[in-house]
Formats: sequence, C-alpha cells, structure tokens
Amino acid sequence: MPLIKNGEGIEDHFVTITDDAPLPINGTIVSLTRFKAERDTLLARNAPLGVRLKSAESPEELGEDVHRLSLIVLEFPIFRDGRAFSWARMLRTRMGFTGEIRATGHFLYDQLAFMTRTGFDAFEGDFTEAQLARALAEMTNVYQPSADRRRTIRELRAV
Amino acid sequence: MYRYDEFDARFVRERVAQFRYQVERRLSGELTEDEFKPLRLMNGLYLQLHAYMLRIAVPYGTLSSRQLRKLAYIARTYDKGYGHFTTRQNLQFNWIKLVDVPDVLSELAEVEMHCLQTSGNCIRNVTADHFAGAAADEIEDPRPLAEIIRQWSSLHPEFAYLPRKFKIAVGGARHDRAALKFHDMAVEIVRNEAGETGYRVMAGGGMGRTPYVGHVVGAFVAREDILAFLEAVMRVYNQSGRRDNIYKARIKILVNALGVDEMKKQIAREFAEIKAAGTLQLPQDELDRITAYFAPPQFEALADETPVSDDPDFADWLRTNIAQHRAPGYGIATLSLKPIGGVPGDASAEQLDAIADLMDEYGLAEIRVSHEQNLVLPHVRQRDLPAIHARLKALGLATPNAGLVTDIIACPGLDYCDLANARAIPIAQAISERFADLDRQHDIGELKIKISGCINACGHHHAGHIGILGVDKKGVEFYQLQLGGSGAEDASIGEILGPAFASHEIVDRVEEVIGVYLDRRTRDERFLDTVRRIGIAPFKERVYAAH
Amino acid sequence: MAQPALQALTANRLRDGAVVYWRDGAWDESFVTAEVFDAKADADAALARAALDVTARRIVSPYLFPVRFEAERLRAVEEREIVRSEGPSVRRDLGKQAGGKQATHV
Repeated sequence: MPLIKNGEGIEDHFVTITDDAPLPINGTIVSLTRFKAERDTLLARNAPLGVRLKSAESPEELGEDVHRLSLIVLEFPIFRDGRAFSWARMLRTRMGFTGEIRATGHFLYDQLAFMTRTGFDAFEGDFTEAQLARALAEMTNVYQPSADRRRTIRELRAV
Repeated sequence: MYRYDEFDARFVRERVAQFRYQVERRLSGELTEDEFKPLRLMNGLYLQLHAYMLRIAVPYGTLSSRQLRKLAYIARTYDKGYGHFTTRQNLQFNWIKLVDVPDVLSELAEVEMHCLQTSGNCIRNVTADHFAGAAADEIEDPRPLAEIIRQWSSLHPEFAYLPRKFKIAVGGARHDRAALKFHDMAVEIVRNEAGETGYRVMAGGGMGRTPYVGHVVGAFVAREDILAFLEAVMRVYNQSGRRDNIYKARIKILVNALGVDEMKKQIAREFAEIKAAGTLQLPQDELDRITAYFAPPQFEALADETPVSDDPDFADWLRTNIAQHRAPGYGIATLSLKPIGGVPGDASAEQLDAIADLMDEYGLAEIRVSHEQNLVLPHVRQRDLPAIHARLKALGLATPNAGLVTDIIACPGLDYCDLANARAIPIAQAISERFADLDRQHDIGELKIKISGCINACGHHHAGHIGILGVDKKGVEFYQLQLGGSGAEDASIGEILGPAFASHEIVDRVEEVIGVYLDRRTRDERFLDTVRRIGIAPFKERVYAAH
Repeated sequence: MAQPALQALTANRLRDGAVVYWRDGAWDESFVTAEVFDAKADADAALARAALDVTARRIVSPYLFPVRFEAERLRAVEEREIVRSEGPSVRRDLGKQAGGKQATHV
C-alpha cells in the first residue's frame, strides 16, 4: 500500500502486526488492545513503536505514553466516519504529539485537505504525490483555526 | 447585509472549481456514486424523484435584489422557471442537470452565493429570525453572529464528516421566530441582570423520527467565548455521536443518552481547552466589524400612520401581513407564497424578477426568506404599503393570510422527494381551498398547519399547531394528525391523535378538529391555547366518531 | 385470481438526473413504452445488465418495480412510481405528463 508522508512517497518502515503475532525487531504498529496489554514490554523495546486506533478509540486512552510513540495510525473504516479528524486534532493540540499521524482505511482525495489541517501528515492509500499536492492547493485560504495553525482569513484581513 | 471581500470571493470561486473537479471525476468514473454522493450532498445536490435537486444557501434568509435576479435567471436558464423556498430559509431548484451544476455555481458565485453545506453530514445553513433588524421585540440583530458562525463553519476540517446533519439557528428577540428549540444547536442573544449581552446556547433539539426540544447547555456564554463554546459542542458530538445507526445519530440522541449534566460537563471540558488556546476568541472589534455590515437603513423620522387604499383588499392585507416595526412609520411586510390552492413556498422566475424591481424602486435593500416559506420585506414605509400592495397583488403575492389557517407549511413530499412516503402539497392545497373564505380564516385566527410527507419532518409537522404526517400503508397514502406543537419560545411537540386517515378524508378531519376548537374556545384563545387547555381527548373523540 | 407479477426497470440518467425506463437493452424517458417483465428471470437478467450501465456511467440506482395494465395502458402500482412516471401531481404542466420530452436514448 503506497504511503505518502509530508507530501512525498516513502517506504513504510513499520510493520503492522496482529494481537497474537510475535514482535518483529524493528518498527511495529500494534492495536490499542495489545498496547494496553503489553505496554511495558513494548515500550522497553529499542525500536520505534506505533499504535493503531480504531475510529471509536480516543487517543486519550494512551495518556502520557503518546510521547513515547513514533507513530499513531488512525483508521477510517469508511470515509463518512469522521471521528479521526477529532482524534488527530486532539493528538496535535491537546496532547502535543509530534510524531507521525497516519491515515489508513477508506478515505477520499477530497478529505486530504481536511486531514492535513487536523494534523495528519501521512496517508496510506492509492494516492500520488501530485494528487495530494493538488488537494492541498484547492482552497487557498481557510476561515477557521485548526491543528495546522494556518493563518485564518480573519488574521489575513487584519494585515 | 454582508458583502464579500476578496477573501470570501476567492473562497467561493475556488469552491466552484473544487466541485467542478468532483463532477469531472464522477463523469469520468474515477468516483463511484457511493463516493460522489457525500461530495455532491455537501454541495446541496440531491437526486430526487424526477431529477437532481439543487439547494442554494440563503444565509440567515437574507437576499438582495441582485441575488433575486440571479436566482430568477438560473430558474429560467437551468431549471423550469421556478424555485421553492424551504423551511430552512434556503431555495431549491428541482430540475437541475448534474452537468450544469458547476456553471450554476459560477453564476451564484458572481452574486456572492453558493450551495456549500446545504446538505450532508456537516454544519448546514445557519438560520435566523426573518424579522431580524426590524422587529419591535428585538434585543439584538442575530445575523452578525449568524454570519460569523457561517464563516467559522465553512469547510471546517474537523466537522465535515459528522455522524449526521447539524443545523444551527440564531435568535435575538423575545419571541422566537426561528424555531430555536428544534435545532441541533441554537444561540439566543440574551441580557443578564447586569444588563450585559451574552449568549444562551441550546443543544439537542430536532424534528425527524424522534423529535426533541433542545436543552440549555450554556446559560450565559460571554460574547468573546461563543465560537470556542460552539466548537466545544461540535467536538463532543463528532467524537461521541453514534455512528452505528443513522436514525440515532443526531445530537439530540446523544444529549438524551448522556443526560444534560454529563453533556454540559463534556462541553465544558472541551471549551476550557479551546478558550485557553485562544485561537477562537471573538474580539469585540471583529464582532463590531461584522455588525457594521448589518446596519439597518437610515430610517426617516416618521410617525406611525394607518395607510389607506382604494382597494378593499388592502385593509385585509394590512391586518395580517404587516408586523410592527421598531421604527415609527415603518412596517414589516410578509409576502405570502401561499395563494389559495397554490403550492406553498414556490415562486416563479417572473415573480422573483418583479420583486427585485419592486425592491429597487422603493429602495429596499433586502428581502428575507422565512422558515414558514414566505418572503418578508423588513423595512417598508407605511405610506408605501398601498402602492406596494397593488404591485404584489398583480403578482399573486398579496394573499392576506400570514399566520392564518391557509398559511400552511408543507414539504415538497412525494410529488418531488425521493425520501417521501406521501404527498404533502395536495393536502395543503385542499385545506387552503376548504378554508379560503377570509372571514372564516379570521374567525379561526392564528393557526399553524405544518405538513410533512415523511418521518424526516422537513415540513416541521411536530411543531405545528396542527401537524400532519404523510405515511405509506401498503403503497397507499395516509395522513396522521398531531395537535399542539409549537416552534416558538413555548416550544412543544404535537401529540398524535390516533390512527392515520385516508387522503380523501383528511381535510374533513382537519375541519372537524378546527370545529372542536371553535366550539370549545374561550375568549381570545388561539387554537394552540385551547388544545393546551382541554387536551386532545375532545378532538380525538370528534374525529374518530363513527362516520 | 392470481396474476403474474409484472415489473419494469427504471433508473436515473447520471448526467441530467432524468427518470428513464429500460426497453430492449436501452434507456428511454418514455414510461408507456417501458419493457414489461412477467418472468422474474427476465427481470433479474435486465437488472444485472443495468448494473453494467451504472459502471459505464450512463445511469444510477436501477431497480425493478411493479406495474400493471389498466385497459391496455401501462401504469405503475405504487404512488411513488406513478409520480415518478408522470411528474409532480401538483404541476401537471411539468415532467413526462406534459409530454415535453421525446423518447431519448442514453
């Protein structure tokens, strides 16, 4: 599955593993359930760790541990389930998470701009760099603040 | 009224290009219908019974003559010469072609209009009192705040894929003419004991399958905090609203499930964080800047007068369709879109153009769309009323029935709508014709009949003094009666009378219901008052008596 | 008295949303000339072929619906389909009932 991060196609350095699979050596993504069950073991490993959240799972459940994660994967079970926009925003703004927030699952080109604004910086899906760039360029200005801290139209008006 | 600056203009132009690209990708097959549907809904484009329907946003129901002319042009050029004004102050065209929509949007953008977020699971058109800026009982014009909310909610990245639609209304008067308590969220401008102005925020109201009256979740939100507070409510809803069942996905269900206290707690938590971050504070100078756009016209120093006309119909019109204005010598004129036997809320391209001409000739900068599907000229000099009446009468827009039994609200129903179970318009027409006699209408007095063609309740039947719901029984249209609903500050949900009636008898039953009121009312009691006093039992008895 | 259930096949044209009816492998705006299926197998086969027209971006949402003959004139059975085949009952000057459109193939 192609992966774009910060606008560029990259190799995925992480492996997503199921709840009962053995842990690989390097970058691993586990479910929230597994993270909670094996937290100490997972955090003690000398390898990047990611947690994958279902759309009903709030990042709050990670608490302070979020700062020890390299990556959070937020699922879109279907494009119209928009909870992940709030989860990404929460990660960036309330929790101060600076690692990678990756979108996976079913989402549309037309959501890429919203996702970027709310804090996603990586997209796992059948998109090209050009498509992502195009999506982000469709609307020059924004009316409201979000996790991306872009200047809003109100701020631009004041200039 | 608000005027776009370069930022607004650019936004709406880019939005047109965005939608044009979406249509291209649909037509090329890059997007399936399932993928395209939420995108076209976010642009107010439905696939209805006969054709695509395009819903145009009329923010807080305010239009200029220039905009009316453009709507007339679109009706003539891209549709079948008419439009329909809705219960959310918007305008719908029923016969639009998908391939024409990008061009229609370009036309609209030229006059600072759009179709953004008039459908879909996002924040919808922000509605407000159609008498805003004019009403004698107004505390403050709600439209500046409505405009601020409109901008904040436009392509809001976090709230574009909510569990379900989200409708916001703003009110600023003692009488609630915006049905605030039936909205997902409503903001009411209030004054506290210290005389300070702030906002009362309600959430969890709604019509539909399971109607609810909204609860106060913020009793007095300070001005500068209002956007932060609204965002807090949206965030709680987006995170916790149900996603498993579209019939249980509105915020009203969440408020009911959590309870108001828990809901307030969760909102308060989000609000504290947003306020502390500071990025959504609303400074007084910004509120003032937007408010300046809505400054009323310079009212002349006039005295109240009772205008007269040679036309005997004028007195009737004056009696019902002119509401008291806060400036002496002025009146608020309701242009009825409910001619006897007509289709409620429809207006032809010719009528729209003629109204635009009238507005320009009399220096009337704005016209309003009411959620009761009429038009309103908010600032008319009383001395101009006879001449304006004559013009309106020639256009079929002077029916003297505002608030009376023939001023019926009806959704498009099965004549147009893909979701409908029964037709609503013919029932409205039949009731209108039955009660056409004006003396009889005045004898009955204020009576709000609201008709919905399905459980989605776009006709707001739950808030009707008499509410009628069309249902489908084995492919045949039946109609259920509810009594005692109200969309005003005394909000209540109508009580169902009993089993539904066939289409050939519903009008007789309505007449019987009104008959019970006439028999049992005490002096000065409106229909609604009598229902509330005596309950529905006497009405039930009459309509279900053996025929 | 049992009668075989008669069905017709309808959809909306993608580009302009017009209501169209299946006739002989093509889509037509005219209801009165719609193909009538009295055998479920034929109806289902047509519906399956309609799915190809969805993929080909000619139409959306094809479905079968019951019809009957009223003195040799084809009529829909349910109110919704009657309205859809004629036009709004409150604007008899609009839609198919106004006879404006010629039979048009997609």
